[in-house]
Amino acid sequence: MARQTARSSARRTSKRAGLAALLVLPLALGACGGGGGSASSGSSDTLRVLDYYNSDPNKTLWNDAIEACGKTVGMKISRESVPGESLIQKVLQQSSSKTLPDVLMLDNPDVQQIAASGALAPLDDLGIDSSGVADGVLKASTYEGKLYGLQPVTNTIALFYNKKVLEAAGVTPPTTWDELKTASAKLTQGEQYGFAMSNVNTYEGTWQFLPFMWSNGGDEKDIDTPQTAAALQLVKDLMDSKSLSQSSVNWTQADVADQFTAGKAAMMINGPWNFGTLDKVSGLEYGIVPIPVPQAGGKTVSPFGGEAWTVPQTGDEDKQKKAAELVQCLNSDDNEVKISLGTGTVPTKPALADQVTSQNPNLKAFADQVPDLRARTGELGAEWPKAATKIYTAVQNALVGGMTPEDALKQAQNG
Amino acid sequence: MADASVGSTSVASRTAPPASEPAGRGAGQKLRTRLVEVAFIVPAVVYLVLFFGYPVVKNVLMGFQEYTTKTFYTGEAPWVGLSNYSAVVGNAIFDRTLWNTVLFTAGSIVGQFALGLAIALFFHKRFALSGVLRSLILLPWLIPMIAGTAVWRWILDTDNGALNRILSAIPGLDLNPNWLTSPQLALVAVIGVNIWLGIPFNMTILYGGLQEIPEELYEAGALDGATGWRAFRHITWPMLRPVVTVVLVLGVVYTLKVLDVILGLTNGGPANSTQTISTFSYDMSFRQFDFGQGAALGNILILISLVFAVVYLRINRKAVDE
Repeated sequence: MARQTARSSARRTSKRAGLAALLVLPLALGACGGGGGSASSGSSDTLRVLDYYNSDPNKTLWNDAIEACGKTVGMKISRESVPGESLIQKVLQQSSSKTLPDVLMLDNPDVQQIAASGALAPLDDLGIDSSGVADGVLKASTYEGKLYGLQPVTNTIALFYNKKVLEAAGVTPPTTWDELKTASAKLTQGEQYGFAMSNVNTYEGTWQFLPFMWSNGGDEKDIDTPQTAAALQLVKDLMDSKSLSQSSVNWTQADVADQFTAGKAAMMINGPWNFGTLDKVSGLEYGIVPIPVPQAGGKTVSPFGGEAWTVPQTGDEDKQKKAAELVQCLNSDDNEVKISLGTGTVPTKPALADQVTSQNPNLKAFADQVPDLRARTGELGAEWPKAATKIYTAVQNALVGGMTPEDALKQAQNG
Repeated sequence: MADASVGSTSVASRTAPPASEPAGRGAGQKLRTRLVEVAFIVPAVVYLVLFFGYPVVKNVLMGFQEYTTKTFYTGEAPWVGLSNYSAVVGNAIFDRTLWNTVLFTAGSIVGQFALGLAIALFFHKRFALSGVLRSLILLPWLIPMIAGTAVWRWILDTDNGALNRILSAIPGLDLNPNWLTSPQLALVAVIGVNIWLGIPFNMTILYGGLQEIPEELYEAGALDGATGWRAFRHITWPMLRPVVTVVLVLGVVYTLKVLDVILGLTNGGPANSTQTISTFSYDMSFRQFDFGQGAALGNILILISLVFAVVYLRINRKAVDE
């Protein structure tokens, strides 16, 4: 070793110089990047837009809509799309470095939390008109009495069923909980489960459980109630009777869709964003009905998904006004219809539902629910994540943790 | 540490001025040498302070602050004393996560070490294709973690997984374990996958240690009748001991903070049965946005790791002294 060191020291020096150059390179590149970025954001005729629509059809459709609206309000657009899971991270980072964009898209349950941090401008002050939008949708974007976001389109979940399988078994799509149980049991044969849903231990699992909980009168403020326990008992019954795979505690909604398309599940709870995947499967014919309710004649209360457009506090009042105009334009009737049809969502203005469902009947089960949709953050606002965690924890404890629904909910509620 | 001191003394001795030279020139040269030394040390110190010191200090401070999404915009993070710590320790699942962390670490280390050593011993004897096979065992190291866990999720699936398909093909065995979805089995399954991931590390280091043992020892031992198990017991094991302690202590420190394997396989579930302190901390910070409590959990984990780091340093110093 020692002998070698002496000989190679000269060579190593030049290597070190090379290494040093390599280390400095990213710094130099970073400086260039930063300079370019701030120059474009500094210009007064450009609006910076941040969203997570980074894959088609959303990517292209939204790009067209944003560019067109930019022309309408007379501003250039500099748009950035980040992967969905890194958006909040990016927003927090931009919050602390005071580099928030002029127009920001947020997933609707996040709006109140970001509004609570003070990073968003109230839209009422900027002259935004929100008339015609369903109340539940507005509630999600309202924090302490002020509207902070405007959401053009929404989606929710419903019961998808395999037409051929149900027909062969002589089963009609269930409308009540009892029907759901008997239909699921009847459809469970061989390697095929009758029913599939996601009970995963993330907000996705909570989102899938909410229609059962809410339709039975359960409430997120206090989940230790007989109504919520009955809803949880229903899911537990389905799993205990082997109509629902135990693997559902580890399934995301994408996994549920995979089970359905592979013929391993005859019915599933899922959303319209799966149309693309489902339509690609040859020979698969599916129908969609609202999620079954506790008793006949009851109403399904589902949570809604989708994103709202907000205007961050950038300190530049003129630009904030222009940004608000852009948000208003993105929420125009024309845009709502166009984007609904293109992305398999429904307009948040119930009056526009017919224009969409007449062209895409599959969306009817979702559009019908819009007036009754309930916001996840409607009651608890920024405290929602804590409640959502309690709900999926209780669901998992009851389904596989060996607890009764009552005990699981009580333990979760009391932390 | 030891390396650095050896390096500096050799530099000093090489540049020490001969007695005949004028004193002034010698002092100047000494100063230059010192400057060069400092110039080499400064980048390392700056790097350490910036990328290790700052995050650790920041994390320790965050543990005593109410640090939420609001903090990012307003910059305000009120001091709350020990309330983050009392909140996380008082959390209903804290005891469970602590126990899971212990089980996960102990189970992983025992499995990785035993299998790694067995494979290292196996490859110590050269045979046809042994080199190729040995490099194939490194594969788990090369596969991106998220891809590896996705494949394992598929293998361990209850209804359609490869493992259960194989089990059901064995006649007379009526088994269909819920590997990842039963709270009793999930931790076992997660430990199993982590063992698979850790084998390459253990095998590589232990194999290196085996190569260092002089062949003459075995020849001499064989003359005295020490072959097979007795050769391992009285020659291999004592000679390998320094390497073993390094492997074990590093293994513990790495395993304590494992996050991606668990997130990819079970996300801490079902019913928190695979939730460890590190996944709990991740959940607090990046799902519930309570960065203060997340940092408190992170600090608890750092403390536990620190105990093992100190053990490592002590063992290492003893080895150098010997």
